[in-house]
Parts: sequence; C-alpha cells; structure tokens
Amino acid sequence: MTTAGWILMIVSVGSILTLVSYCFYRVLRIPVTKDHLHGPLDIDTHEEM
Amino acid sequence: MPKVLQRESWATKIGVILAVAGSAVGLGNFLRFPGRAALYGGGAFMIPYFISLLLIGIPICWIEWTLGRQGGRYGFNSAPGLFSVVWRSGVSRAFGALAVFIPVVIYMYYVFIEAWCLGYAISYLTGSIAPGPDPAGYASYFSSHFNEFIGASEHGALFRSFSPALLALAGCFVLNFFLIYRGLTRGIEAFCRWAMPALVIAAVIVLVRVLTLGTPDPGRPEQNVINGLGFMWNPKPVGDGGTFSALWDPQVWLEAAGQIFFSLSVGFGIILTYASYVRPKDDIALSGLTASATNEFCEVCLGGLITIPAAFIFLGAAPLAEVAGSSIGLGFHAVPAVFEFLPLGHFFGFLWFGLLFLAAVTSSLSMLQPAIAFFEEGFSLGRRASMAILGIVTGAGTLLVVYFTQNTVALDVMDFWVGSALLIVLALFEVVLFGWVLGAEKGLVETNRGSDIQVPSIFAFIIRWVCPAYLIIILGAFAYQNFPDKVRAIAGDPAAIVTVAFMALLFSLLLLSVHIAGNRWEQERRFDAVAKPRPRRKRSR
Repeated sequence: MTTAGWILMIVSVGSILTLVSYCFYRVLRIPVTKDHLHGPLDIDTHEEM
Repeated sequence: MPKVLQRESWATKIGVILAVAGSAVGLGNFLRFPGRAALYGGGAFMIPYFISLLLIGIPICWIEWTLGRQGGRYGFNSAPGLFSVVWRSGVSRAFGALAVFIPVVIYMYYVFIEAWCLGYAISYLTGSIAPGPDPAGYASYFSSHFNEFIGASEHGALFRSFSPALLALAGCFVLNFFLIYRGLTRGIEAFCRWAMPALVIAAVIVLVRVLTLGTPDPGRPEQNVINGLGFMWNPKPVGDGGTFSALWDPQVWLEAAGQIFFSLSVGFGIILTYASYVRPKDDIALSGLTASATNEFCEVCLGGLITIPAAFIFLGAAPLAEVAGSSIGLGFHAVPAVFEFLPLGHFFGFLWFGLLFLAAVTSSLSMLQPAIAFFEEGFSLGRRASMAILGIVTGAGTLLVVYFTQNTVALDVMDFWVGSALLIVLALFEVVLFGWVLGAEKGLVETNRGSDIQVPSIFAFIIRWVCPAYLIIILGAFAYQNFPDKVRAIAGDPAAIVTVAFMALLFSLLLLSVHIAGNRWEQERRFDAVAKPRPRRKRSR
C-alpha cells in the first residue's frame, strides 16, 4: 500500500467517523421530550389565522 | 368547527434517523461502492466522491426533508400532495406521481434481490452451500449455484420445480407487508431501531475478521490484507497518466456523483414521505445530516474496508478486477468463494448475507410507504385496502421479474430506466421546486426552523445553481452513454418490451389516480390553509 493510499484511506474513514460521531453526539445529547397533551391552541387545524 | 387531523408521526428522533438511514443503506454500500472505487481511480475516486456528497448528496437530502416536513404540516404524506403545497399545478402532481411510481417499481425487483440474500443466508446456516475441497472449482461452482438459484438458464425456470428463491421471495413479501401493516412507529421504526444496530454490529464483526486475516496463504505472500487495502485505496492512474490522473477523467466524476446519488436514496421520493411524519417543530437539518452520515459510515468505513480487501486476499488482483464492476458478480460469485477459505466460513457467510438481508429489508420497507400514504390520503382508503392494492400491483411486477430471469432482463430494464434514469429526473424537479419555485433562501429558513444545527447560507447558492447544473450534466452524460444501447436492447427483446409496457401502464394508472386525488383535494379545499405570499405594498411616492 502506498503512502498516498494510506493518507486517502485514513482521511476518508477519519472524516466520516468524525462526522457521524459529531452528529450522533448532537442528536443524543439533546434531551428527549416526552409527548405532552396539547391544548386547543396547540393543535394545527390547517387553517390560516 | 375546523376538523382536527389525527396523523401518524415518528415516536422518537433517533427512530426517524435510523429509518431514513436504513432506507439509504443497502446492497450498494457493501457491493457497488467498493467495486466502483476500486475500478475508477482507487483512493483518487474519493476526491470527486466527497465533492459530490457536499454539492448534491447532502443538499438534496435537506431539500427532501424540508419539502416533506413542510407538506406534512398541511396533512400530506405523499409526493403529489407535498409538491402541490409548494406549487399547485398539474406538473407538480405529475412529478408527484413519479415519486410514487419510482419506489413501487424499484420494490418489484429489489425484493427479489432481498430474497437472494435471505436464501444465501439460510443456505449458509443449513450448510447447503458446499463447493468441495478444490479451490480451483470455486468460481464455476458459485457462478452456476447463483444462476440456478435465480433461474437464469431460461425464462420461467423458477416455476418448473420447487424453488428456494420463490420461497424466500414469499417470506420477504410477507415480512415487508407485515411491518408496513403495523404502521409507522410499531412497524418501520421499531424494525429499524434494532435492525440498523444489528446490521452495523454484524458488519463490524466481519470487518475485524477481514482486517486480522494477515497473509492466510504463505505460498502467495502478495495476497495479504495490506495489499488488499491497497487494491481499494491506492490512487490508480487511468490510461497512461500519473497517479492522480483519474481526477481528469470525466467518467470518474460521473461514477462518483452517481454513487453518491444512488447511495443516499435521493430522488426516490422516500425521504419526502418519511419526513412528512416529522412534527412541525422538530429538527430536520441535524436529522438529515445524521442519516446521511450513517449511510456514509456504512459505505466508506464498512463497505470500503471489507469487500475488496477480503476478495483480494483470496482471489488475487486479476480475478477481482474482472468482477469488481458488477455488484452481482462481486457479491454473489466472488465473496461467497472467500468464505470457503475462512475458518468458520459458513458462520461468516451467514453473517454477511444476513446483514445484506437486513440492509435490503430496511430499504424495501421504505419503498412501500409512499404508495401506502398516497392511497390513504388520496382516496381515504384504510391501511388494509391500501396494502391490498399495493400487494396486487407489486406482486404483478415482481412476477414479471421472477419470470423473465434469463439474463435478468426484466430486473435490468426496471433498474436502468426507473432505478437510475428517472431518479435523476425526479431529483432535478425537486431541486428546481425548492431552489426556484419555493426560493432557496426561503426554503433554507424552513429547513432551519426548529433545527438543532443551522444550514449555512452558502447552500442557498449551491441548491439554486450548482445542484441543477450538476444534475443536468449527470443526466445528459448518462443518457448519451447509455440510452441508444438500452433502447436497441429493448426493441430486440420481447421480455423487455413486456416489462416496459407494464411500467407504462402502471405509470398511466398512477397519473390518472393522482389527477382524481388532486381534484378531490381541491374540492375538500385542502390547499386553502397553505400560506399564500402576501402581495407587496406599492411604495408611495
């Protein structure tokens, strides 16, 4: 395997691993909001105000 | 009193991300990508690949997520309604029909490939794959085993006697429709929440096994794991050029853009429908990016390190170069031979085809949902009635695929015209709809609303100018390279003509259905709630 091959593999795999780790870190650190009961004003009636 | 709509929605954020990622992750990640990369420049292929990811892959994903969530706010879940929210016109509805047609047709042949994976996984589990002790006979054994399994000898071969492929196909149909019947959260989301992690765990186990193979045959020291990685990742010259000459070859750029396009499932109409079930104030920018990143992880970090190195170690460079361009050749002829050399080979064979099967199910499931959503909202049909219609339609199409198996003619015709060409057409329409009709800046405001990350404003320029130009070039080059031969091939083959006629009839019926549904929505005043741009006040002088 050539030096260029090593560099391309490490950069490609490394950048994807960094991206996917960052994304899942952001997704999972946001607290899960449980469904709450909506009041009448919260319900989307699809009518213009 | 206004009618309050009861709509399905995803139970969790991670659920929708895994469902969208599951839709994108398929056989292409583990078979098509490594083969294309190895053939078209090796590591150099990754440069146009990442540029395409940034310029068309991720932007079009965000477009589909945005159009889906926006239309979902007005009670629509299928593309004809979702597109009409942005642009109320017949053109919009026609492309909406295309977005229902594409996943349905792809399902017709994809479920057959899914059945191959299931059949092979079961064969490894039961030990019925036995090529014998002589490695010289592996290539012919696996080639003839595959041809016999799919009935490639003549049309209708699978119906001559008991066929394991048909049995596996029936199992796949039942599983897919059962999960769809259970609904969005209890069916699709629940399945993807365990299937995606299971798929990744299985792939990581296979990856660790491949990377620890070392030099299994001391008689052939050059066939080792490092050289296998080199076959995949070393930048390769094209023709007589230098190491990075692949970067100057337009074909390499086309292949890279095509791989990104097909891998992320953009232009399928699936993300649109999935995103329509996201709640109006929920994040889509981060979810879309995470789903794309998950797909890339499976493709680059798993597919890119497993398939080619494993095949290289046991088969060598020359035989591998012959099959690398064909996903079927790589996946069903070359890789099974690799497992014969491994200790516990049948276990790893079962694991490999099991993970491909899971990847295929999470994709095929997603292909059914857009049509189900259309039947439900277009004609107020219940889940059972929608499934019955879709079952008959997809059953008829799959019957064509499994009957015309000689040279896999029906599968190839559907895959080329619908699974490749029409995808680009639909994606081009979505880009124009978002970038020019809705307005790229306004569209990105909608994308960023409620999102956990902000999409940079440079993407407005990319969506408005770069994406359409990129897609037009891809479509033009694709048509120029392939259309004449493909049209000639259809004209000379009755099976291909029957397949095309079936698809034309199906699309005509869908167009008619969308027209009827659209009129119904107009009568019900479903679009009245869609905010209209306020007329600008004239400036008083």
